[in-house]
Amino acid sequence: MTKNQLFSAPGGLAADYLRRKGHPSLVEGVAFVLLRLSMLFVIAAIFFIFYDIFSKGVGVISWEFITAMPRRGMTEGGIWSAVLGTVYLTLITAVASVPIGVFAAIYLNEYAKKNTFTRIIRLSIRNLAGVPSIVYGLFGVALFVRALELGTSLLSAGLTLGLLTLPVTVTASEEALKSVPDSFREGALALGATKWQAIRTNVIPSALPGIITGMILGISRAAGETAPILFTGAAFYLSSLPSSLSSRFMALPYHLFIMSTQHHSIEKVRPIAYGTALVLIGLVVTMNMSAILLRTHYRKKMRG
Amino acid sequence: MVLVGIFALLLNSSFAAWQDVGFISFLTGRVWNPSGFVSSHFGIFTKIVGTLMVTAGAMIVAVPLGIATAAYLAEVATPWEREVVKPVIEMLAAVPSVVLGFFGIVVLSPLLARIFNLPNGLNALNGAILLGLMSLPTIISIAEDALTAVPKEYKEASLALGATRWQTLSRVIIPAAGSGVTAAIMLGIGRSLGETMTVIMATGNALQFPSNFFSSVRTMTATIAIELGEVPADTTHYYTLFAIGFVLFSMTFLVSLLADIFLHRAGEMKKL
Repeated sequence: MTKNQLFSAPGGLAADYLRRKGHPSLVEGVAFVLLRLSMLFVIAAIFFIFYDIFSKGVGVISWEFITAMPRRGMTEGGIWSAVLGTVYLTLITAVASVPIGVFAAIYLNEYAKKNTFTRIIRLSIRNLAGVPSIVYGLFGVALFVRALELGTSLLSAGLTLGLLTLPVTVTASEEALKSVPDSFREGALALGATKWQAIRTNVIPSALPGIITGMILGISRAAGETAPILFTGAAFYLSSLPSSLSSRFMALPYHLFIMSTQHHSIEKVRPIAYGTALVLIGLVVTMNMSAILLRTHYRKKMRG
Repeated sequence: MVLVGIFALLLNSSFAAWQDVGFISFLTGRVWNPSGFVSSHFGIFTKIVGTLMVTAGAMIVAVPLGIATAAYLAEVATPWEREVVKPVIEMLAAVPSVVLGFFGIVVLSPLLARIFNLPNGLNALNGAILLGLMSLPTIISIAEDALTAVPKEYKEASLALGATRWQTLSRVIIPAAGSGVTAAIMLGIGRSLGETMTVIMATGNALQFPSNFFSSVRTMTATIAIELGEVPADTTHYYTLFAIGFVLFSMTFLVSLLADIFLHRAGEMKKL
């Protein structure tokens, strides 16, 4: 029986239907199922990662784990020095990058004329975001550690991370400033305010949530980075907490790195590594989520 | 300014290295033995291959998955699904690379070792899968933006001609968003090329020339991270590490530039 006979036979009505009408929609059905499966696979992979770290790390975490110093060659005790190191480091990063980032964005969006020069600046900022973090590390070693003689210290590492977050801060602040309607500026200018007064009293306040969101995102990226601090100040193990800007420090991501690859008894410290991973993920994800919530909240308010 | 600074500094140190090693033998030499007893060799060809291999593997994982997910989110998903899925993907973007590397060591490595019957699972494949996961959020969010930016008229015209939603998606919307989707892939590649911690932890870091995806490889980024801590300053070895940084910088710079060109083109289409 040939194909045509099959389709024209009374029993082939269904097949005929499929051929004329159903076939494209069958393809569509299959294709959409495949697309949905891809999406579900991605989600499943993400949940698997979080589940694995959470289920194995949550048993380790206690108040003592977070607030105690590492003991006995880091096989016992907690991670307080690493937690505190990361907190100090992110503070320095914020101080180093936020003012420069915000002012650069104000200049680019409010004052600079749209010409080739600003286009090049914008292009470099975007490219800067794509520079590998290890290259920032190299730069930090050459500039802060050696040329400026800051040594391997909290300050060197914080400044290196500050550079790394700069593109994020500038781009986010610029977006925020751009979303402020021109009528806000014109209203102030019409009342006789200077340009800077208009920016300070009318533009910045309404752009603030956006700027803060960008700031948090940038800093949370810095908090999780390891490569740039490898050679600019992070230490394998310290028995005391960092006392000044020029001391070396322990940091959560670096601590996780050594606990999972460099420690002399890796299997034994695996629970501590899981605990550290969970604390780090918790810290970074909380920062990110709060930034995202702030953004959605703000967007809804703008619309309403 | 900073970009120019980084560029100048790397170039400066790199020249010092190339004076000692020679530019061609630096790029094409297969032997990396910086502290050889008789003579030292500084050839990074093996590392370039390692980096490209892991990145290519990552893209084989991430491009189909990422674009399919983006297409689903942009065209098929209900608003409710979108509300739930997008924050989850953003959560993945927030995971620090060192945590993903850790995951590679404790979960993926034993898993690969068991599936493929290997002594251990720290190899190029492991790194490729992790980097693929890592570049997914970038690819998904930018590709999705590109797909949603396709003018509604395209879609309506296609549907009005009797095309199914799938035909519309695969033959009208995705080609129309081509530039944006390409840019998304480029940014994903850039992210994989420059990633350090994940590959140090997951790929095994062997110095041999890799024979297949089950070989252990050492990428350019890993070389810098492993060796910079141990070399004395101002030696040839020290400068070669900066030179590797320069090569890496040039590669990612080129990739971001291409991404930028494609995004610009996508932006122009939107105005039509």
